[in-house]
Amino acid sequence: MTITEFIIDVVGNYVATIAFGILLNIPRRALNLSGWIGVLGYLLYQFTIVLGGGYVVGNLLGAVAIGVASLQAARWKKMPMILFNIPALVPLVPGGQAYEMIKNFALGQNDTALTFLLQVVMISGAIAFGFLLSELVNRLRQRAWRQHR
Amino acid sequence: MSASTEHDQLILHTALTAGRIMIENGSEIERVEDTMTRIATNAGARTSQLFVMITGILMAINGEVGAQIQPVKRRTFDLEKIAVVNELSREFAVQQITLQQFADRLDHLDSVSKYFPFWLQLLAAALVSGPLEVVFRHNLHDFWITCLVGMVGWVVYYLISKYVEIRFLAEFASAAVIGLLAVWSHHLGLGNSVDDIIIGSVMPLVPGVPITNSVRDILAGNLVSGLARGVEALVSAAAIGFGIAMVLQFL
Repeated sequence: MTITEFIIDVVGNYVATIAFGILLNIPRRALNLSGWIGVLGYLLYQFTIVLGGGYVVGNLLGAVAIGVASLQAARWKKMPMILFNIPALVPLVPGGQAYEMIKNFALGQNDTALTFLLQVVMISGAIAFGFLLSELVNRLRQRAWRQHR
Repeated sequence: MSASTEHDQLILHTALTAGRIMIENGSEIERVEDTMTRIATNAGARTSQLFVMITGILMAINGEVGAQIQPVKRRTFDLEKIAVVNELSREFAVQQITLQQFADRLDHLDSVSKYFPFWLQLLAAALVSGPLEVVFRHNLHDFWITCLVGMVGWVVYYLISKYVEIRFLAEFASAAVIGLLAVWSHHLGLGNSVDDIIIGSVMPLVPGVPITNSVRDILAGNLVSGLARGVEALVSAAAIGFGIAMVLQFL
């Protein structure tokens, strides 16, 4: 992966996250921040892959980062958390693998299709588990914060 | 009707309307419960009992006999309304607005929807498709045609879900249109890869709200609503998949 490709990816993630936010009618003042959270999730994913962590761990870490950052953003802007994490999640969706799965099933190549199905299931599971972990982190922090007060 | 009963009725009406608006527009259940409890407490109710599900809300205050039901009939995604209810609830908590004002503003919010202008939504659909195609597949050549196909697919989705109102038909039809357009544009020599164009173009249709809320609801212990949303997301995804598969099978 070259530097140019990396920059294009970051810009593409930012734009796509904001655009998805517009489709969901997110308030204007939340758009920019949700775009950056989308980029953050992608960065963690990409760095994990470059460092040899594999795409499942990459998606997991990306989802954790999105979850934790969204709660920070929600606290800071005093807005609901789902305004930030739903658009930011979209670049992590395993669109390519899901499409390959559908295509191979449609063309009758079931073995290849099952491989991709497994990938889709693992990535979706990793994202869901990442959200779970971020929720745990958030709840632990809330509890610590309450006791601190 | 005595004054206190009238006040109780107003509390119930306000809290139930707030809850219904939030669920209708894609909030997670825990936030709805939290907001409704806050409204009741801030309005002076001693206790409040709540039963919130994705298809309806039950609420009683002060341990009285009359609990009230608010069914939730439709579900759209308009996250701005959730943010507005959240803001109104905060304003009510610091007593910037009275309960009556709160109720009036909720009714007003319910009747109008303030979406982004249509051209901006079109542009947004294009800008979800194109950049994600590049991010996923690194195929810069097909950027423009993916933007175009994704935009047309989203218009089909928008029109069907607005005027026909059959669930999941919109996803299916727009996925089929996207598949056809992708094959056709490849045929005309506008795009290099049918696969890449389709992958980018279906991204605006991804059921992001049900996916996220399903996970959050299940984690918060609202198992029924979480599973219901998970099924909703799964069926949407399957409808998109079948639309694409149909095109690929016959062409």
